[in-house]
Amino acid sequence: MLAHAFQQLINGLALGSVYGLIAIGYTMVYGIIGMINFAHGDIYMVSAFIAVTSFTLLAALGVTSVPLALLIVLVVAIALTSAYGWSVERIAYRPLRSAPRLAPLISAIGMSIFLQNMVQVTQGARVKPIPPLLTGGIDLFTHDGVTVSFAYSQMLIIVVTLALMLGFTYLITRTSFGRQQRACEQDRTMTALLGINVDRTISLTFMIGAALAAVAGVLVTVYYGVVDFYIGFVAGIKAFTAAVLGGVGSLPGAMLGGLIIGLLEAFWAAYLSPEYKDVATFAILILVLMFRPSGLLGRPEVEKV
Amino acid sequence: MTAVIQTSHAPTRSERLKDAGGVAFVALVLGIPMIGLTTVDAGGMLEVRTRWAALGLFILLAFLGRLLFSALGDQLRARQRTKARLGSAPASGSRPVLLKALGWGLLGLSLALPIFWGDNRYVIDTATTVLIYIMLGWGLNVVVGLAGLLDLGYVAFYAVGAYSYALLSTQFGWGFWEALPVAGGAAAAFGLLLGWPTLRLRGDYLAIVTLGFGEIIRIILVNWTDLSGGPNGISSIPRPTFFGLPFKPPSDDGPATFAGFFGLEYVPEQRVVFLYCLILALALLTNLFVSRMRKLPIGRAWEAMREDEIACKALGMNVTNVKLSAFALGAMLGGFAGVFFAARQGFISPESFVFSESAIILAIVVLGGMGSQLGVVLASLVLVLIPEVGRDFAEYRMLIFGAAMILIMVWKPGGLLSHREPTLKAPSSFIRQSKREAA
Repeated sequence: MLAHAFQQLINGLALGSVYGLIAIGYTMVYGIIGMINFAHGDIYMVSAFIAVTSFTLLAALGVTSVPLALLIVLVVAIALTSAYGWSVERIAYRPLRSAPRLAPLISAIGMSIFLQNMVQVTQGARVKPIPPLLTGGIDLFTHDGVTVSFAYSQMLIIVVTLALMLGFTYLITRTSFGRQQRACEQDRTMTALLGINVDRTISLTFMIGAALAAVAGVLVTVYYGVVDFYIGFVAGIKAFTAAVLGGVGSLPGAMLGGLIIGLLEAFWAAYLSPEYKDVATFAILILVLMFRPSGLLGRPEVEKV
Repeated sequence: MTAVIQTSHAPTRSERLKDAGGVAFVALVLGIPMIGLTTVDAGGMLEVRTRWAALGLFILLAFLGRLLFSALGDQLRARQRTKARLGSAPASGSRPVLLKALGWGLLGLSLALPIFWGDNRYVIDTATTVLIYIMLGWGLNVVVGLAGLLDLGYVAFYAVGAYSYALLSTQFGWGFWEALPVAGGAAAAFGLLLGWPTLRLRGDYLAIVTLGFGEIIRIILVNWTDLSGGPNGISSIPRPTFFGLPFKPPSDDGPATFAGFFGLEYVPEQRVVFLYCLILALALLTNLFVSRMRKLPIGRAWEAMREDEIACKALGMNVTNVKLSAFALGAMLGGFAGVFFAARQGFISPESFVFSESAIILAIVVLGGMGSQLGVVLASLVLVLIPEVGRDFAEYRMLIFGAAMILIMVWKPGGLLSHREPTLKAPSSFIRQSKREAA
């Protein structure tokens, strides 16, 4: 019983880390331009496809070292996916920055449909499997005949996520780009008057969000070994739920929300019913928002008339 | 908010080429992983294939497209500038009249459709689909356009209506007309169920909760096999009848049929045309209902709440009731559309009620111009007809659909008909009187 629960804890943490990485992209974009980037889940899906292609290409080129292949794929996926993030902002959102509030939302939904179908047309609708890269793991302990194992792929997810979180927190709180980014969140007009290139900052925010989603995409490809063009939607709404649960605009909140949803899903699927794990996720979201309308770590908006 | 500094000089040819070159470079970067490379299944293992020709074509198209657009954009801007210099105000006075004429014209066309194209099943079927979306759009317009509550899970109410009718008719033998109000009521109850916990939420928090609600309903429909038939759905749902007369080939011993009763020759198109007339009537009723509601105190309260919720509270309005009534009425209209959908298809499954349906309905409301009834009609026409026109290149149709959504939004951020008629106008006698007093 204990061992089983411990195993679910590990599974949930790995899953939650991935949701958290994607959720940060939502929360950053929401913080800076106040819109839901509905295409963000599809950016993550694009990155998973880039990862599959790169892994296959590397295997064909004869790269056999797994750490080297992982590193190359991460770099390639981050570079190309950031380009996608940049282009999405440039094409679909920048022209609508001063438009009514719902206009960018609709163009984001359009972008999400476009990306999904683009991948379906160019890469095919079939599920793409890759051979397992990281197999095995460490057996932690055995209790009542159940062995708790910590797979290498799960370890990779948790370690990479932790490292990224540290780097990312440093970037936002200590560097000059981070200051510009936070300034833009507070007041874009004032920031522009102080001589900061607001357009560039917003573009970079989109690229960073896309880069984090790219890492999530590569990690998931390694973890599950299969991708298809539809994974972006499910991961996208889960991650968005995580961002809202933690409080939109709060970066630690996004990670916390991701972990809560990952753990909830793992435990619910293991102990109650795997079919209804998504219902549990959304029900928790509704419950939390009933009592804390601006999320767990979000600051309540002060409204003035 | 960014400051726009307009430079007076037109870009030179080399600047244009440089700009287009930049776009071509981006196209190259984006195109390599998606167009240039692909993986195919080769005996259980993936293998990389290259498509450099397609990639080259894509880059060339991006380059030329950018050149063309920048040239067109310059011309447009130059024309606007001369217009502004001449001081000619845009002719706005004739627009409402024109729109009214367009509305009546569309109504006439929709009434004439079964008479002139009654034997063309494809046209009638497509028109019926358009009308379903129009009705859904008008229903969601109450929630989003009038009350300003962003609802991303509207398809849930559509599903509740459809499943209510399907269950009532297949399990208890209810007819279409008996089930219609009950299913609408059930959808309205679900509207309240969604509205009540979300009363304190605003904006995007509301959006994600409504999205989650839509998904919850869909997941329950997929998994509660005893009730909903699970992923297989419910089939052989009875079709609506004409006052009890079914649309079937006449038989000597069977009950009277529509064709037999009126002494007509039976043709299968009769049912299609009847369904068309039914949804047309339902949609027109919806329109009448919503436009009347807008003139009632509750309708005015919706629009007031959309503009400023705090001011409404300060004026002593019961915001809870206003919100819940918008949710319930919008949901009820969606439920009616769902009943019709189930009756028309004869078969429903959770696949018809996925999130992308909600997104399309919301897109219809926003693309049409929030709160505009005619805008919903135009946007439904555009969004249903684009995939229909794209049938010949079937795999690209949703691609074109997504691109069209982005382009229309960028082109007209306020929607196709962003003009908003004030619902409340001072009567002309009042204006005359106040002018007299001022004089």
